[in-house]
Amino acid sequence: MIQLKNLSREFQVGNQVVHALDNIDLEIAEKDYVSIMGVSGCGKTTLLNILGLLDTPSSGDYILSGINTSQMNDDEMAKIRSTKIGFIFQSFHLIPRLTAAENIEIPMILAGMSKQVRSEKVKKALSRVNLTDRSDHRPEQLSGGQRQRVAIARSIVMEPKVLLADEPTGNLDSSSGKEIVKLIEELNAGGLTLVVVTHDKEIGKRSNRVVRLLDGKVIANQEQ
Amino acid sequence: MKFFDLLFLAFSTLIRYPLRTMMLLIATSIGVMAVILLTAVGEGARDYITSEFKDMGTNLIIVLPGKNETRGGGGPADLAGMAPRDLTVEDAISLEQIETIKNIAPIIIGETPASFAGFERDVPVIGTTPSFLTVRRMEMREGNFLPGVTLDRSPPVCAIGQEVEKELFGNTRAIGQWLRVGDRRCRITGIIESEGRAIGIDLQKIVVMPVSLATALFNRPSLFRIIAEAESRIYMDQIKKDIIRIIKKRHQGKEDITVVRQDTVMSSFDNIFNVLTMALASIASISLFVAGILIMNVMLVAVSQRQSEIGLLKAIGAKNRQINKLFLTEAILLSGSGAILGLILGHTITQVLKVAFPTFNFLPPTWASVVSLLVALICGALFGLIPARRASKLDPVMALTGEK
Repeated sequence: MIQLKNLSREFQVGNQVVHALDNIDLEIAEKDYVSIMGVSGCGKTTLLNILGLLDTPSSGDYILSGINTSQMNDDEMAKIRSTKIGFIFQSFHLIPRLTAAENIEIPMILAGMSKQVRSEKVKKALSRVNLTDRSDHRPEQLSGGQRQRVAIARSIVMEPKVLLADEPTGNLDSSSGKEIVKLIEELNAGGLTLVVVTHDKEIGKRSNRVVRLLDGKVIANQEQ
Repeated sequence: MKFFDLLFLAFSTLIRYPLRTMMLLIATSIGVMAVILLTAVGEGARDYITSEFKDMGTNLIIVLPGKNETRGGGGPADLAGMAPRDLTVEDAISLEQIETIKNIAPIIIGETPASFAGFERDVPVIGTTPSFLTVRRMEMREGNFLPGVTLDRSPPVCAIGQEVEKELFGNTRAIGQWLRVGDRRCRITGIIESEGRAIGIDLQKIVVMPVSLATALFNRPSLFRIIAEAESRIYMDQIKKDIIRIIKKRHQGKEDITVVRQDTVMSSFDNIFNVLTMALASIASISLFVAGILIMNVMLVAVSQRQSEIGLLKAIGAKNRQINKLFLTEAILLSGSGAILGLILGHTITQVLKVAFPTFNFLPPTWASVVSLLVALICGALFGLIPARRASKLDPVMALTGEK
């Protein structure tokens, strides 16, 4: 599903070159459940951004479903993000002026789907995350856990292959955090490849595999 | 992304920031309103002046005393000794020798009390000949206009405006009655139907009498002007030359008259007011331009405020072009609705002004509405381009974390 070969990402900070990712080789199989762990600044968010095609590697290859992404232009990457990848963020990133249902609709609006198809899929996604009764609420009227569930509904509404989560429980109390973890694990069980960047040791223990990063290098890659 | 969805997304932003949206709407609408109002004044002024000439017949040549056309007969200029030689009824008679002239109407004006059966009022008096009816394109409601009158024959007859009839005669039949005008008496032979103004005088208030009678009444031989109507347009330049030649000969070789063609006067007025209206419109357009710059500023701020939203849109599959379109649509929607608001305000205020100042005709021209709407939309699009471009070029990673 996902193959990283010799992948590096460098940033220029002032006169210094920072190696956020340093010669990484990594494979993630379809339907896998991988957590990426490490201290702050170890490069795990950069890795996730590259996996999500939001960032491009300085060198090396990223092969997604057999397609090498290094030659893609902006539009092609946008197309892959739209159809194959779902994102979940620590701070949810819902659009405050839109209702839950409208937030979930956005990826489909961008993809140019018709109104009927959209409302059908929004309904399905909302019931999948148990928020059918909150569809007309705006983010400020929802609890943190509910907001993250709206974000999850938005990430899966285009039926992607990969779900990338960046500290999905970071802004939540432990009980809503657990709910969210349970929800994304169910999605993984349903066939979605799941990659979670986290500090949470609990999630690390539950995942199939833990990738540990330090200073941009993979220092451990354990099945469990 | 479908067009309707694009509108919906842009619209939802405008609703979300009502204060910002209101300010920009006001800015744009003031610009458009200014264009409408100022052009309405310009067009109104043009209409006010040219309506004087519009009612007149075609192929008219106007003879004025003095070499400077802004100086009329009578008035303080005469007393100051700078008076030109008088233009007289005899001068008018001498012009009859020009065969290509169809009608000659000499005009003398003055004001004097008119009375009937104890009712009296001051009326403007025009002394002229029956040709005046033709050159001014006036209609009679009943009776005849100065019957039997020629340049040198002046039976004591007169025609009166409808307001004079109402005020002096009430329900009495005016035709056939003797009206006292100054120290003269004349029989009313006709009532003038026409409304509006001639030579700045309200036609409903006038008394028209034979020219010689009027010169005697005012004890002044000088005419206000002579209007000559040519048989055809092609003779007009020749007639102009002939008039100057004949009058010059009569005035001991001095060319002390001004002869103008009515159509050239009208077209030069028209030109002056066109330029005036255009100038007013361009001054007003500056405020539209300012509104455009305001929109650009606010949109630029919006781009940095909404960085994380732009980052998110990119993360969930928005192409750069789509982000660009979204912000551009917002800018155009803002300037467009501001312009429509301005059109409504401008036309409403024009209507109010019409009621408040009924003598002046406010005429907002259609082109002003169309042009100001277009200019507003183009301004919105142009000034929206830079913010939209900046939004679409944002690096999604940076945008998501909210860093610059």
